[in-house]
Amino acid sequence: MYKIVKAMELASSIVYFDVEAPRVAASCLPGQFVIVRMDADSERIPLTICDYDREKGTVTIVIQTIGAGTMKMKQLKEGDAFHDFVGPLGKPSEFCSEDLATLKEKKIIFVAGGLGTAPVYPQVKWLHKQGVQADVIIGAKTKDLLILEEEMKAVAGEVFPTTDDGSYGRAGMVTNTLKDLVEKEGKHYDVCVAIGPMIMMKFVCLTTKELGIPTIVSMNPIMVDGTGMCGACRLTVDGEVKFACVDGPEFDGHKVDFDQAMKRMTIYKTAEGRALLKAQEGDTHHGGCGNCEG
Amino acid sequence: MEVDVMKKVPVREQDAKERATNFEEVCLGYNEEEAMAEASRCLNCKNAQCMKGCPVSIDIPAFIQKVKEGEFEAAYQIISKSSALPAVCGRVCPQESQCEGKCIRGIKGEPVSIGKLERFVADWAMKNGIKPQPATEKKGKKVAVIGSGPAGLTCAGDLAKMGYDVTIFEALHEAGGVLVYGIPEFRLPKTRVVAKEIENVKSLGVKIETNVVIGKSTTIDELMEKEGFSAVFIGSGAGLPKFMGIPGEQANGVFSANEYLTRSNLMKAFDENSATPIMRAKKAVIVGGGNVAMDAARTALRLGAETHIVYRRSEEELPARVEEVHHAKEEGIIFDLLTNPVEILQDENGWVSGVKCIRMELGEPDESGRRRPVEVPGSEFVIDCDCVIMSLGTSPNPLISSTTEGLDINKRKCIIAEEEKGQTTKNGVFAGGDAVTGAATVVLAMGAGKAGAKGIDEFLSR
Repeated sequence: MYKIVKAMELASSIVYFDVEAPRVAASCLPGQFVIVRMDADSERIPLTICDYDREKGTVTIVIQTIGAGTMKMKQLKEGDAFHDFVGPLGKPSEFCSEDLATLKEKKIIFVAGGLGTAPVYPQVKWLHKQGVQADVIIGAKTKDLLILEEEMKAVAGEVFPTTDDGSYGRAGMVTNTLKDLVEKEGKHYDVCVAIGPMIMMKFVCLTTKELGIPTIVSMNPIMVDGTGMCGACRLTVDGEVKFACVDGPEFDGHKVDFDQAMKRMTIYKTAEGRALLKAQEGDTHHGGCGNCEG
Repeated sequence: MEVDVMKKVPVREQDAKERATNFEEVCLGYNEEEAMAEASRCLNCKNAQCMKGCPVSIDIPAFIQKVKEGEFEAAYQIISKSSALPAVCGRVCPQESQCEGKCIRGIKGEPVSIGKLERFVADWAMKNGIKPQPATEKKGKKVAVIGSGPAGLTCAGDLAKMGYDVTIFEALHEAGGVLVYGIPEFRLPKTRVVAKEIENVKSLGVKIETNVVIGKSTTIDELMEKEGFSAVFIGSGAGLPKFMGIPGEQANGVFSANEYLTRSNLMKAFDENSATPIMRAKKAVIVGGGNVAMDAARTALRLGAETHIVYRRSEEELPARVEEVHHAKEEGIIFDLLTNPVEILQDENGWVSGVKCIRMELGEPDESGRRRPVEVPGSEFVIDCDCVIMSLGTSPNPLISSTTEGLDINKRKCIIAEEEKGQTTKNGVFAGGDAVTGAATVVLAMGAGKAGAKGIDEFLSR
């Protein structure tokens, strides 16, 4: 069992956990992820690592309630435990192994969308420790869903919050802000790292292609084992089949086939929807909805 | 009970129609009377050929004599000297090409049903709470075993019996490897058989740490340098599933057999109440002819699909166990032989709508000794379906080899290990099973686990 030493709500549907997982904490690097299971009969859910403390042996994960599994997880409190917590999985971000002198010369812009802000944070923090100040665009639908802004400000160069509805920071999509920064505000970026919903990453890549900025994305397809065994997470990158869990999760965004990846995300949509309904409505759901076969 | 010495005592099975809709075990096994009757067919050969066919060298005539005499506990102790997983082997070994294939009875009639007898003895021991004998003296040396599949469990069991302090590291959340994620419930019950066999290995003093991915959570070098392990056995299994590389393979509804089976077996997705979803297809096409293909096909069938096996060679070349092919046919699986997919067709939403196939014919034998299938020009046709499961084998997972200094791999990216004792190119590190040979059988992996244990004991006794 993997004990939760700190639990807090970051936004109405977003929860933060510090989890005791000494082996993961000792070896993880930015860009990697873990797979967690809440109970003995839960689904395996891949989650990117948000932070880690090697001395305390803890790993931070941030979850958003999107399905039945994550909805249950939200109810976990300090002192509770995850049944399983395995990792770190996937490859670390490329810059972790890059020559520091070259890295310091690069100007990096991170584009974080929604929950994607969580995996962006350890990357920016890691760079900060090496003396590299990266800029960050944090995007959210609305002010209430914008997370980790203060934490990010402490480790980033400039932080540009944006909201789709204009309730906070710049108004509109992250791609507008990115374009404005480069085209109107005289910013120059050598590399862009975009992490968020697939649709956001797709559009960031279209934008950076126009702007001529090489872009790295972190893919989050459906996974089962997360160690290369099942092939559920396969993607087409530059015409080749890649497994996100062992070849990624980070890839050259300009080479990823996003349309295919997004289609593949819908494989279990109906099944997941049913499970969510069942979990939400519990005993009050007695069938008749036409979908649940109940 | 009357016995025809030329024929095996028939084993009771679940009716084919009934079992095609459930996940209960197909073969029900012998009872005491049937087992003793079958055992009486053994000629107790002095120069026992059957033993030569057994990768773990069980003293087959000796245990069968004990069964004949009704001394089941003694029979179990004989088997457990050589095998850590008899209830598993009795169920999944390809006996027809091993022990039973060499049985003298088989020359004129049917061979002795060695597999079913082994299963009977193991099940009897389980039911009666008989455990293998733990070591009496401790060696005071720590050994790490990577992977809790058949190779790892066997190696760990043997080392523990010799008195070593053994820890198994398992990447998944549950121990058992392919026995848990790969082989379905109806062939190998998880709670009743696999979990019990693992308990037996643990009762020898073996510790199992789940959720540790060697090469990620920690490395072999760290285990040896920082955690005090004097030797390591790698039994990490096969690895990444292969795909055909044909158009349409990324469509929704195309799965690797590994994924499909892992969802059903490890995650229990066959049960409607499981938190993990699985596609319940209307018509499924399974590509491949091995045991894994049979398992995937019979799972899809049980989940409600009309199920086809598409295999590019003929029935004779099917690599699956004869019993699995026989069971699959009985259950109503349709075999489209000498047929090979060339493209997966999809609808406008990206879901599978069919498989375009081409007919094949057999040409000259290839390097595997099997006749090479050649396409018949112009013979393309379409099988309509909503699900395709690729069961084409696996290629080795580089996680361990790429993170261990001095551990060499061969051209096929398998870990290089010497066969007799499992020694790799790195001092103190041994390996066996699919990680070394590429995808093979449970019992070959167990044989390699045994060899590794022997190698490690010699290494640590130096």
